[in-house]
Amino acid sequence: MSGAGEVEGLLRELAPQVLGVLVRRYGQFDLCEDAVQEALLAAAVQWPADGVPERPRGWLVTVASRRMTDQVRGESARRRREEAVAAASPADELVAPGADADLPAAADDTLTLLFLCCHPALSPPSQVALTLRAVGGLTTAQVARAFLVPEATMAQRISRAKQTIKAAGARFAMPPPTERAERLRVVLQVLYLIFNEGYTASSGPDLQRAHLTTEAIRLARELHRLLPGDGEVAGLLALLLLTDARRPARSRPDGSLVPLAEQDRSRWDAAAIAEGVALITSALARAPIGPYQLQAAIAAVHDEAARADDTDWRQILVLYELLAQVAPSPVVTLNHAVALAMVRGPQAGLELLATLDSDGRMAGTHRLEAVRAHLLELAGDTAAARERYRAAARRTTSLPEQRYLEGRAARLEP
Amino acid sequence: MKYVVLIYSNPATWRALPAEEADRVITVHNDLIDELTASGEFLSIYRLADATNARTVALRDGVPAVTDGPFGESKEVLASLWEIDVETMERAVEIASALTPHATVEVRALMDAAGMEM
Repeated sequence: MSGAGEVEGLLRELAPQVLGVLVRRYGQFDLCEDAVQEALLAAAVQWPADGVPERPRGWLVTVASRRMTDQVRGESARRRREEAVAAASPADELVAPGADADLPAAADDTLTLLFLCCHPALSPPSQVALTLRAVGGLTTAQVARAFLVPEATMAQRISRAKQTIKAAGARFAMPPPTERAERLRVVLQVLYLIFNEGYTASSGPDLQRAHLTTEAIRLARELHRLLPGDGEVAGLLALLLLTDARRPARSRPDGSLVPLAEQDRSRWDAAAIAEGVALITSALARAPIGPYQLQAAIAAVHDEAARADDTDWRQILVLYELLAQVAPSPVVTLNHAVALAMVRGPQAGLELLATLDSDGRMAGTHRLEAVRAHLLELAGDTAAARERYRAAARRTTSLPEQRYLEGRAARLEP
Repeated sequence: MKYVVLIYSNPATWRALPAEEADRVITVHNDLIDELTASGEFLSIYRLADATNARTVALRDGVPAVTDGPFGESKEVLASLWEIDVETMERAVEIASALTPHATVEVRALMDAAGMEM
């Protein structure tokens, strides 16, 4: 007997390897992906009850290959009945010799799959959904629960994503070297999106969704193992670890949010911080600098401060100045303004913030108003701060953020 | 982002429509549901029974009092409610725009339990 959790971990690890074998054998990524999903579902039911087969990868490849043949022949109903019998037989009888022969390609397959699932023809939500299913080995039901949508909706999204990839003429092959850097950037963005979906949900009741942080870290770790020399991959992994380390302190038991400056730092995960700091230190020493490394470096400076007052804001400001050059964005400007305010005073920060009022991507958003409120409060302009906190509270679509912002406004009541 | 699209219409206007026009609008709605289902943006739809069947409940002298019919005097009443999951408000408005013949459509974002500490 094996625990369901142990089986699930094994299936997640094997999923991209099995899919890689199938796609190289049969082509037709869309059909192979369905076949692997069915094999994973069968294993998730049978293995915890009957035990894990001696060669689990071979078992999955065999079962998925049969599904594949079924789909091609259009005989699925009859064959599925047979398969229920076949899949119940001891693994050694079932597995054809050589099913595991293509093992050396497994690592490359995972990478190729990540590139394919994060194809630029797909919208970010489709990239996320497909990556979680095809590379992460999650079931459609699990992905649907994580995003709080009906399973049928998620199934449709995944199926549409595969059709889009097919229509774009994408093949199961590594992108050409000239496109590699840009395509890798998309992969990193997708992993970061998956992480944030989980991280922001971790104070609420959506435990299935919060689990996405673990999944994103697992995939980033795998990517780092495959591309150990890439500084941005190391930077992303470090950023995820250094951010996730603060998760135990970011909310109270009632789900309300605790701002960074007020968090109980003894609850931060010291092991994750140590690992993240080591990763980013080594990446910065040898790789060309990039946005994920800079964000990880900023997170490391925060995490290394024993008390909020010990935070080395000068170093953070320098890092934001670099980030604003390497990868300018309204969000970077927003955070840059906070660092500037901490080093040169709130007025300097407010002046930089004012430049965002003419940026359609940030103007009028709750994030801009919340930061402005914070800096106005630091500047001692209580009335204006209260008004801006209220404006931010009206604009956010997040319940815990709204509660936090209304609380800040109430504290400033005359 | 999850949104609800609220369609308000005047039942008298709707009843006065020529049959072909009513059929056309229904076809537009059904095609849109198909499109949103295929794109993975559709979550659910609620079609509301005629407001004649509504009860409005409000406190009067500290006691819940029930009256027949919808709340308010407006001739336009809530006719249906669509729940969608789309990338941007612009996309939600595009969907709402297709539903405007003989109706006023309101798009509202839904609150999320997730949030970022600041």
